[in-house]
Amino acid sequence: MNKMKVGIIGTGNIGTDLLIKVSRSEYLECGIFAGRNADSEGIRRARSLGVNTSTDSIRAIEEDPGCCEIVFDATSAAVHRQNAVILEKLGKFAIDLTPSKIGKMCVPALNMAECLDADNINLITCGGQAAIPIIHAIMKVHPDMEYVELVSSISSKSAGPGTRLNIDEFTQTTRDAIESFTGVRRAKAIIVLNPAEPPVLMHNTIYAKMDKPDLPRLRREISAMEKNIRKYVPGYRVTLGPVAENGRVTTMVEVVGLGDYLPKYSGNLDIITCAAVNMAEAYAGKKRANRIGGKL
Amino acid sequence: MNQLLFFDSTLRDGSHAVAHQLSRENIRNYCRQIDTAGLHVVIVGHGNGLGASSLQVGLAAVADDVMLRTARKELKKTKLGAFLIPGFGTIKDNLQPAIDSGVDLFCVATHCTEADVTRQHIEFLRRKAKDVYGVLMMYHRATKEKLLEQALKMQEYGAQGVILMDSAGASTPDMVAETTAYLSAGLDVRLGFHAHNNLGLAVSNSLIAVRNGASIIDGTLRGFGAGAGNCQLEVLAGLMMKMGIPTELDLYRMMDVSDSVVCGMMKRSQEISSISLISGVAGVFSGFSSHVKKASERFKVDPRDIFMELGRRKMVAGQEDFIVDVAMYLAGRKGMEKESYDIESLL
Repeated sequence: MNKMKVGIIGTGNIGTDLLIKVSRSEYLECGIFAGRNADSEGIRRARSLGVNTSTDSIRAIEEDPGCCEIVFDATSAAVHRQNAVILEKLGKFAIDLTPSKIGKMCVPALNMAECLDADNINLITCGGQAAIPIIHAIMKVHPDMEYVELVSSISSKSAGPGTRLNIDEFTQTTRDAIESFTGVRRAKAIIVLNPAEPPVLMHNTIYAKMDKPDLPRLRREISAMEKNIRKYVPGYRVTLGPVAENGRVTTMVEVVGLGDYLPKYSGNLDIITCAAVNMAEAYAGKKRANRIGGKL
Repeated sequence: MNQLLFFDSTLRDGSHAVAHQLSRENIRNYCRQIDTAGLHVVIVGHGNGLGASSLQVGLAAVADDVMLRTARKELKKTKLGAFLIPGFGTIKDNLQPAIDSGVDLFCVATHCTEADVTRQHIEFLRRKAKDVYGVLMMYHRATKEKLLEQALKMQEYGAQGVILMDSAGASTPDMVAETTAYLSAGLDVRLGFHAHNNLGLAVSNSLIAVRNGASIIDGTLRGFGAGAGNCQLEVLAGLMMKMGIPTELDLYRMMDVSDSVVCGMMKRSQEISSISLISGVAGVFSGFSSHVKKASERFKVDPRDIFMELGRRKMVAGQEDFIVDVAMYLAGRKGMEKESYDIESLL
């Protein structure tokens, strides 16, 4: 069976983690791994895996458009704003892992089907991927909830230079996406980089403000959502709650990484790269089905 | 030597001491009275800065823009300041609105090893021609070499000064002398020091910082602030007067405002409780105190043990949700039926 070719732009933590996940995939293979830094550890890793690499970033794909059908963009929000235009022109399915907010916002557990029809999908942020499905589950039970707050802490070591340089978009995009995705009236996102040694797991606390929570139903919905997410993010788990006190419901979620590129504490990398690879595989599956259908 | 600048955090750090319940009246009275005292800036807002009013660290009684506009009307000679920790607030939701409310000077703060998350905010504020200072919190957690590397980043982004924050009041006099001498020699911009009084050293550590090259002192009137409180600015002013160190501070004015306005805002006198003392010994953010007390009562754990454990885990501000985790761990209850716990309010 032919695997669908993907391109990865950005050779930092996220790009390299994607590379390792793609190289394990039954449906995908990496056609080009492109960045700007010839000495990056990611580029070295790609070469050792025998993957075609380039330091020309997006130009490598412009010059050889046949090298891939799907492009993961793991650069930065500002760079993706330029890349998005080029990728659209080239007719590539773009999976954006920066907090640029350009493409259709995507949480695989919630809107995979619609996203497969878009040209450019945005994976929001790691905090968004972790929390939005839970908040969505809470809203299903309590659609009139007025306020929700997410505190997302990630270990300093797992936040690479790209994440740090985009901390503002990271915070803003997470908040905006919670509101637009779940319909909650008001959301707040707090992002904390935790310098503790040994590094802490990615940890998310969700406070939902409400007076009369239906805890049994909340438990059922949240637990069902957790199972759904674990299908593509195996290390995802609810560690506390939902518990009610003082007019709010608290739920805590942790993500243990697969340990592909960075160690297991980097669940923040995994949740977004797992979601991205999941979408790419679904896209490849859909294309193949269409092509076979076309021949018949 | 550069003219010494005094940053007044009474209405920002003091906010921690009253669970962020300062009223518009408090802010109006304070700013009206303090304006002629010779301070460089009065910093106003939630204890954790712009955008920090939250269930996680406490809801403020008054919205950011209302606090800032109230202060703006009263401050004629003194700059109006605001504080931001990237990750709590954003450019769009918080910095631009603060500029629109008339803020002149911003302090952009982060944990002492994470300076690169302040780049976007410092650069944005410089482009808007605002005064900007970088703040390295919990400075005792890093070596002086690491601190200089981080401070130089802030300088490169455009900060006009870098303030070391002794968030846990964990400094010994020797640490202050060594660190401030090293950083002031390595920086082109001003160096500042923000002390906490957990070990009873806030005023003397501030003086030591000045003697070793710091030219900004950040403190509060009456020491009003988180935990054991801050460097009591009027006491430092009196001490400097006695030592013949020139300042533009009006000592009597500061004393009068301290007695007539700040006293009325305080819910308790600013003493060093055993909890504050242990947080200084453990090197844990003093703003955790009220959260630790709540968790210790709920889980029947000695709050001193919680502080020591938080210190071992190197917890930083913003991680108030972990305090319950630690208390549960110490109580030996974690790993049992977690769902059955009703966690107590952290606020």
